[in-house]
Amino acid sequence: MRPDTPSAGPAVATSVLAATGLVRAVPLAGGGRRSLFSGVNIALAPGEVVAITGESGVGKSTLLNVIAGLDAPDAGEVLIGGKNVAALAEPDRARLRASALGFVFQAFHVLPHLSLARNVALPCLLAGMNAADALARAEATLAEVGLAGRGGDWPAVLSGGELQRVAIARALVHRPGLVLADEPTGNLDPETAGRILDLLLAQARDRQAAVLIVTHSEMVAAAADRVLRLSASGLVPA
Amino acid sequence: MQNWVPTRWLPTLWILSGEWRAHPVRMGLAVLAIAVGVALGFAVHMVNSAALASFGRAVASVQGRADVAVRARSAAGLEEGLYPKLARLPQVQAISPVVELTASWGKLARPGSNAKGGRFTLIGLDPLRAMGVTPGLVGLSRAGQSGVGSRPAWQGDAVWLSPALQRATGLQPGDAFTLTAAGRQAQFRVMGRLAAAGDDAQIAVIDISDAQWRFGQMGRLHRLDLKLAEGAGARAAVQAVLPADAVLATPEAEASRADALSRAYRVNLGMLALVALLTGGFLVWSAQALSVARRRPQFALLSVLGLPQAGLVRQLLAEGLLLGVAGAVIGVALGYGLATLVVEQFGGDLGGGYFSRTQARLGFDLPAALLFGGLGLATALAGSISPALAAARTAPAQALKGLGDAPDPAKAPRALPSLALLAAGGLAALGPPVFGLPLLGYAAMALLLAGGVALMPALARLLLAPLARRGATWLPLDLAVRRLWGVPQAAGLALSGIVASTALMVAMAVMVASFRQSVDDWLVAVLPSDLYLHLEGAEAGGLDPQAQARLAAVPGLAHVQFQRVISVRIDPARPAVAVMAQGGHASVPLIAETDAAAPAGTTRALISEPLAWLYGWRQGEVHELVIGGVPRRLFVAGTWRDYARQWGAIVVPLEDYRRFTGDATATEAAFDLNPGADARAVQEALQAALPVAVQGQAQFGRPAEMRAVALTIFDRSFAVTYALEAIAIIIGLIGVATSFSAQVLARMREFGMLRHVGVPRRQILQMLGLEGAGLGLIGALSGLSLGLVMALVLVRVVNPQSFHWTMDLALPWPLLAGLVAALVACAGGTAVVAGRRALSRRALLAVRADW
Repeated sequence: MRPDTPSAGPAVATSVLAATGLVRAVPLAGGGRRSLFSGVNIALAPGEVVAITGESGVGKSTLLNVIAGLDAPDAGEVLIGGKNVAALAEPDRARLRASALGFVFQAFHVLPHLSLARNVALPCLLAGMNAADALARAEATLAEVGLAGRGGDWPAVLSGGELQRVAIARALVHRPGLVLADEPTGNLDPETAGRILDLLLAQARDRQAAVLIVTHSEMVAAAADRVLRLSASGLVPA
Repeated sequence: MQNWVPTRWLPTLWILSGEWRAHPVRMGLAVLAIAVGVALGFAVHMVNSAALASFGRAVASVQGRADVAVRARSAAGLEEGLYPKLARLPQVQAISPVVELTASWGKLARPGSNAKGGRFTLIGLDPLRAMGVTPGLVGLSRAGQSGVGSRPAWQGDAVWLSPALQRATGLQPGDAFTLTAAGRQAQFRVMGRLAAAGDDAQIAVIDISDAQWRFGQMGRLHRLDLKLAEGAGARAAVQAVLPADAVLATPEAEASRADALSRAYRVNLGMLALVALLTGGFLVWSAQALSVARRRPQFALLSVLGLPQAGLVRQLLAEGLLLGVAGAVIGVALGYGLATLVVEQFGGDLGGGYFSRTQARLGFDLPAALLFGGLGLATALAGSISPALAAARTAPAQALKGLGDAPDPAKAPRALPSLALLAAGGLAALGPPVFGLPLLGYAAMALLLAGGVALMPALARLLLAPLARRGATWLPLDLAVRRLWGVPQAAGLALSGIVASTALMVAMAVMVASFRQSVDDWLVAVLPSDLYLHLEGAEAGGLDPQAQARLAAVPGLAHVQFQRVISVRIDPARPAVAVMAQGGHASVPLIAETDAAAPAGTTRALISEPLAWLYGWRQGEVHELVIGGVPRRLFVAGTWRDYARQWGAIVVPLEDYRRFTGDATATEAAFDLNPGADARAVQEALQAALPVAVQGQAQFGRPAEMRAVALTIFDRSFAVTYALEAIAIIIGLIGVATSFSAQVLARMREFGMLRHVGVPRRQILQMLGLEGAGLGLIGALSGLSLGLVMALVLVRVVNPQSFHWTMDLALPWPLLAGLVAALVACAGGTAVVAGRRALSRRALLAVRADW
């Protein structure tokens, strides 16, 4: 892990991600709103790995959703590749996700009735690549994550660790600039978790993709270049 | 295939094909539901169109395609003197006088004959005149010559048969042909066939002088076919010289009359067929909604990975489109086969009795196939729109975690949109007919159905609130109640199919039961005597006074009431009304009658409900009607219920009719027997007392037999409705089974969790059974209530506006109770069967599963 650096990270101009002044509150059942976070600033450079920790319910996953354009901040700005995410219309946000972002989830989310290759190829197709090239690249990416020659297999026959490998392949197949990972090792045993984490970080760094990981795991946090802690008052170095 | 499809569509295509591979039965059932609806609608339309076209061709054949025709208002005919008057008009290029009678052959003409017999139209015309106006009615000899101007073809006893009549009788040129018309029997010799009569109408043509002389029509004509000169005003010139007992029948008016004869019946049948399609649409909606709910995390993933909301909507609509296309193609093929079968079994009028003298010829109607296929497609798309939009609205990030679709029991479902639909339906039911059809009535039923189905979540919650508040000590019941109360939207999905099909089935069952009971009650009222005589096709002549006296003298009779029935045209564009001249006290089931005396110079008359509706005649008014060639002033003294004559009937005193027309004949008689008299013996004596010429036309009937025959005809004419009811039930039960099983399977994690915390398998099955039975009961009772409201619309709005008669409401409680019980049992049983599968070892593993 690198020595502590300010939460703002690298200069905005060279950042893959630059978010400033993010504020988000959620409605309460009886009326009114509860503030999740405010004044959040974060920037990631290409190839940088940043972990976000914090108590349950503090809004870590919500922060990821805001960055990905799946949720709107109450205030603040998110720039991905220089584009203001909140200012984009919904179809443009979808296109941005397809081309510039990769996702790894705790629950893998591999579609059960698509083959492994087709699962991995989805982001390429949504980004506009033709089917043959997308599937070829998917097979190649599966090989890079240790699943060579298994593009035709169905997800039902895979273990949890293998499913997460598929998810990692899907997150990186289209060469995104930023990978968002929400508890990527949450459903794995410690040994498998370690291997998966190493794989994710190595593949991302090979592609100069920045990785933003939300995690409770100290092991994951320790593998990051920077660790930030989210609380109601903002995002600060852990 | 993926090389032909645009790249961005491939994820959609892969997801769709995966879904269809994973759940072929559910998708197949949705396709079948659409196919059944399309098949029924297409079949009914094809049969109706073929029958109507055949009927229209038959009518055109009889009319011979003249420019216009001058017709008698009644079967009494026109004075022959009108012929030269019209012939002298400069606007008339050619004119052909016609005698037109209803005739019978075979055992209907000669009771002892072995030939099976039938009825046909006998036309008497002057071949020289007809060649210039209606050449299609001029016959051809075996050699193919018209015989015009040559002897002996058109002289003496020559008769020319249409191809349809030739086939029916089996007669060839040179054969003898005995027929009866206007109460007289005569024998002719077949000379050949009619030149261009077509294959639809059973017509025979003889010389006009033969027709007048042999059948008592001297000095009378029934029709004058005209060829008019070009130029405006020709019709007006003809109209100006017509007497009161003649009407100008234009081809448009005749077409309108032919269409009007069966339009309401056809439209109602078509609407009933569309009901099956509507039920299929509900099944599609239910299947799609459940499928979308189950696949929500998949859609969320695609959205996260970069599929726009619009793309998701397109995906689900594409799925609906595929269901619709498959259903439409199968439905059109099924419909064609069904139409062929139905025409063979029931005839072109599906048992309605409108086209019994024509043979419908079925051909594949491509525009209709596209229309009904398109309707099936539209139904499938409509059933997919709301689930598609709901899926697009779901926040993908929350849906990925299985959140977002988690219902909030604190939030009650909105009832206002449903109540608005119900209110709109109520308002539409109050609307008048549109183009003479109950279109607003049908709209009311659709709105009531939509509103009733949409209200289910709110209603389920309301009905279960007391139980949910109190709680239950028995765990399965408590869990079942809390689930139904807390997740009413899910309950609503399962309920929609039950409610829709139950409501439709109840509505149709109550309407048919009400109609049948009303018809039965009406038959009892109109058949108070012990024995009845009717002379078929005797409008132009019936029992003369001597024959009537012989009948009245038959031993065993306490009383005889004779009646004369003729058809009179009030509006040339409408079918004729029946004028029933009854002796003695009028025996009709009165709805209302005034005690006021008829004004001086008027005749007291009772009008039927349909006539009051169609012509706007009201009790207490005076209206004119041409009887005996002169307009007569009738005082409307009352209204009576009539299910036999859809186009109206008027009862007038027999003595007044005889005074107006000089016609002392009778076509009907009602006999009251002496106590203890042998009805069979009296009937045989009456038969023997009839003139030989009319014995073949005489139909005797006893009230019990006549009621049985009438109700058999009623049941046959509603055979299609009964079939549609059965289909509605089957589709509803299938919908119940599929939606329950889908919901249960989607809750595997929930069951796994319950088993982990220690709830026995048996109790989970009990919970599911109670949920299913509870939903079935709520759905059945809701469907029953909604169906009763829709039945009210059918009975009080649709039927009167379609057929111009009213009926009393009758509820077939045993049938309805049986239906409710069957639905509850099916719902509960299905839930348990699906639950057994869900409670396999997979359920335990599902707690830890990815999906």
